[in-house]
Amino acid sequence: MTSAIRAELDKAYPGCVVLRGATLTVRPGTVHALVGENGAGKSTLVKILAGITPSDRGTLALDGQGVPLVSWNRIAARAAGVGIVQQHGASAPTLTVVENAILGVEGGPVLALDAPADALRRMGDQVGLPIDPRAHAEDLTLGAAQRAEIVAALYHGAKLLILDEPTAVLTPIEVEGLLATLRKLAGEGTTIIIVTHKLDEVKTVADDVTVLRGGKTVATFSTVDAPLDTHAIARAMVGADLPAPTKVPPPAADAKVCLELVDVKLGELRSATLAVRAGEIVGIAGVDGNGQRELALAIAGLERASGTVKIGGRDVTRASPAARLAAGLAHIPEDRHHGGLILVASVADNLALGRTDLTGRFRIDHARVAANAATQIEQLDIRPPVATALVEALSGGNQQKVVVGRELSRPHLVAVVAAQPTRGVDLGAVTRIHERLRAAATAGAGVLVISADLDELLALCHRIVVILRGKLVGERTTRDDLGALMTGAT
Amino acid sequence: MIASLLSLAFLAQVVRIAVPYALAAMGGSITERAGVVDLALEAKLLFGAFTAAAFAHATGSAFAGVVGGMFAGVLVTGVQLFCALRLRADQVIVGIALNVIALGGTRFLLQLVYHEGANSPPVPGFGHAVLANPLVWLAFVAAVAVPIAIKRTRWGLRLRAAGDRPDALVAVGVSPHRARIAAALVGGALTGAGGAQLTLAVGGFVADMSGGRGYIALAMVILAGWRPLVAALACAGIAFAEAFNIQLQVSAIGIPHELAQLAPYVLTLLVLGIAGGKHGKPPQSLGKL
Amino acid sequence: MILRWLRPSDNVRRELEAAVIALLVTVAIGSVLMLIVGKSPGHVWSQMLFHTFTEPYWFGYLLYRATALALTGLAVAIALDAGMFNIGAEGQLTAGVLACAVIGTSIPAGTPAILAIPLCLVGAALAGGAVGAAIGYLRVARDAHEVITSIMLNAIVAGVALYIGNIALFQGGTTTGAQIAPGAQLPQLGLAGSSASLAIVISVLAVAGVWWLRARTTWGMAWLAVGRDPAAARSVGINVGRVRVLAMAGSGALAGLAAANFVLGHKHAFEEGLGRGTGLLGISVALLGRTHPAGVAVAALLLGFFSAGGLSVAQEVPKELIEMLQGVVVLAVACAGPWVRRRPTPMEAAP
Repeated sequence: MTSAIRAELDKAYPGCVVLRGATLTVRPGTVHALVGENGAGKSTLVKILAGITPSDRGTLALDGQGVPLVSWNRIAARAAGVGIVQQHGASAPTLTVVENAILGVEGGPVLALDAPADALRRMGDQVGLPIDPRAHAEDLTLGAAQRAEIVAALYHGAKLLILDEPTAVLTPIEVEGLLATLRKLAGEGTTIIIVTHKLDEVKTVADDVTVLRGGKTVATFSTVDAPLDTHAIARAMVGADLPAPTKVPPPAADAKVCLELVDVKLGELRSATLAVRAGEIVGIAGVDGNGQRELALAIAGLERASGTVKIGGRDVTRASPAARLAAGLAHIPEDRHHGGLILVASVADNLALGRTDLTGRFRIDHARVAANAATQIEQLDIRPPVATALVEALSGGNQQKVVVGRELSRPHLVAVVAAQPTRGVDLGAVTRIHERLRAAATAGAGVLVISADLDELLALCHRIVVILRGKLVGERTTRDDLGALMTGAT
Repeated sequence: MIASLLSLAFLAQVVRIAVPYALAAMGGSITERAGVVDLALEAKLLFGAFTAAAFAHATGSAFAGVVGGMFAGVLVTGVQLFCALRLRADQVIVGIALNVIALGGTRFLLQLVYHEGANSPPVPGFGHAVLANPLVWLAFVAAVAVPIAIKRTRWGLRLRAAGDRPDALVAVGVSPHRARIAAALVGGALTGAGGAQLTLAVGGFVADMSGGRGYIALAMVILAGWRPLVAALACAGIAFAEAFNIQLQVSAIGIPHELAQLAPYVLTLLVLGIAGGKHGKPPQSLGKL
Repeated sequence: MILRWLRPSDNVRRELEAAVIALLVTVAIGSVLMLIVGKSPGHVWSQMLFHTFTEPYWFGYLLYRATALALTGLAVAIALDAGMFNIGAEGQLTAGVLACAVIGTSIPAGTPAILAIPLCLVGAALAGGAVGAAIGYLRVARDAHEVITSIMLNAIVAGVALYIGNIALFQGGTTTGAQIAPGAQLPQLGLAGSSASLAIVISVLAVAGVWWLRARTTWGMAWLAVGRDPAAARSVGINVGRVRVLAMAGSGALAGLAAANFVLGHKHAFEEGLGRGTGLLGISVALLGRTHPAGVAVAALLLGFFSAGGLSVAQEVPKELIEMLQGVVVLAVACAGPWVRRRPTPMEAAP
């Protein structure tokens, strides 16, 4: 049988090679998972396939027919039946679903929206992804927006559908529905490539698996030979087994409470009551969007919440963010690009941002700022080890190290809130960041880690509390129990 | 007093004054909705005004002046887009620089072509005519047609996408730059026509005759939340106040005219100060490539 | 949008390359225009340089222009650094001119300079600062776009100044007010009767002061942080609203101080339209200088050279030609920077 896709591709950006000899072979009518760590080159590879990004060199064949890569662009890819749903979607927010769908193929200078709207609605119902073609994209939930894009791709006659990390933004129920739909589509003859790094999904949905690491294809697996071995896939992705984490000794029973929340409410966060003791690491587990973001904002004082927030026994409910930091709080924000870092400032400046203990009240003590940068760069292995480098030039993992370095090196730490501290970060950085969080607890701070990654929480925390629909619904200790409670299955 | 405000003559005056503002505001709305910052409205008005005079003078026809104004608007927009899109220069700076160039450039052209420092020779114009002035018609047609075109045509769909999420266009194989160029050139032509009205209403070009109208028009675009019809109406409000002030001077009832003419600006500030700036979202990719 | 362009340079050599290319392009365009008016570009350019740098009068004129442009340029620059586009330096300058003139004419004629000059300067800074702070306040507290409010305030301040001039300052049918007290007049630099005065000291101090604040103090750090990423600034405990209002107040104060150059240093009286255009050109200066005080100073001198040089050869080529080049050089720098940098586009760079 000829392959739906056979590709071998190279791609480099100035100063960094993304793909070197990455190969991908996909059988028609199958679901093919493309897996790898962050930065392995998965997104770049599928963008080249979809004609969004040009490749440097290589070969590409669709249904056994070679295509010239020089003229391979989005229009050619669309004509060849290659549809893509990108990681963050590609819909213009102020356009309606149908307007987004006909963009580029409007069929004349004057828009005729009724026929395509009906067709989209029918197509959606037919494949089990109901959509409202007249809704504005910005009003849709992330799941609904994604459904709309999948339906639009099918409407345009996609025979090969590429989905880049489609489940990252979905609730567990939506994930289940999506995976079922993908199986159904494959059964009806559509070829599907799904980019992911979640192996349980791979196990559920994929026929074949290609593993990328450092821009190279390092392994392929197929259900034709044997059931998928997720442990083998994980080893191929990571390249080496992780060192076993060292645990922090549990806090004494009489350790004082460092961070205390009593019935804190803020938007999605409907009620949170919680105490973290000195030396304790407490995890908040939950599927994204259940109030975690608001929980961190309420503690950091970035939005005004009701209830009571105490840091080191002091009531800071009405205090400004600055006063809370002065009371001994450190806050690692959820998204380093929105609130964590100034991308167009140097590593040294980011490490000293707002740290009047380092800079001095008015005149900046540049010697101390530089010394602090040198220390943090060395301790956290920030690369490149250049204090004057702009943070935007750093990889995600190294950027996150800068945030962690600034926040966890505050003097007199009493409480730490780390929201998704290792999201989108490579394994080396994860290790360093976990080390620092443990060190903070060992030094006597109360640490609260909010994460969607159960492995992380199980490796770090003394106890794990589950957040569901804005409420802290209970403590669990095992992965299965946590998973069940997080998804509301119990 | 009241009677004079309700008179047709007064209404005609409001319309004459409103046309340059409104055309510039609609032109600016289109360009900005496509994601290109349009601080160069002032330059387009000024070059439009001069070129209208030159065309009308050379041909002896006021209609040729209209063509000239639009031509100049398109030309300035072309330079703006070349710098901003092709050379990736910052769009705010390009706009400011073009305004400075227009100020000196139109005076330079005045010297070069007519050997005059401040005024062009008299040119055929539309004078006080309203119904016989095609620019008035253009403004009214644009006020109706521009919002419809933005909502209901391929051109409009693509310009909205280019302004909000250019990679949505890239993802379907359409160049966002082409959509922006198609939008901004139309916007430039409208603004240039607004410049032509400045000249053709008084029958000659005067140095710096745009007098900051481009900036006011841009302020109205932002105030109107980038909705062209609302922006045009806001401009009509400015024109009403200006005409009212001219009436006051004529009828001399004692309010100092220096202060009376500030009414629209004070009003705008008060509206913003009391109601706050919740005046619609800017196009999400405005000024970004 | 602007801040993308203002990113700190990672390669000073390439920035200088861009500046040289931009200057060459400007000279080339100017030369073409000179050819169009039938003059030899070589001759005109050398005359411009010769006059400006060998004749005290023209050199003085350069300094006179640069003095005011450096102040309005700094004003726009610090606002930009804090993430605000202060298009209202024009109005803030006018407020300063009015304050200077009112104070200068109200104080007793015998007031000593040591009292009179600081009084006028403080008045000008306060007047400009108040207008700036109002723009900042409307942005922070009412979420009103500063471009609209500053354009409105430009028109309002100009109208109010004219009104006050008409009812209180202008002398018998003219648009010029009475002379300010002799003590408030800044001494001329004595460059062949040119308008350059000791107001240049204010500019130099302002450049040095802003430089120091920006590079060496937590204030500078806070205002740059707020401009580049308000969310990050907030999360590390910086009060973003306060920084913005203060930055706008400082911006307005600097623009107001530029009045000293015109009222205390040159005209010694209120005049309709005095200093007009200096505020708007300050935007060019700030952008040319990439908001760095050193860059602002150089840009002010460069535009000052164009003004002085252009006037000095006005017999040969229309001075409007050179005025135009002030815009061309800004455009050329804006275009040459990205062209030299040749970064991959954001879309390509996304992995």
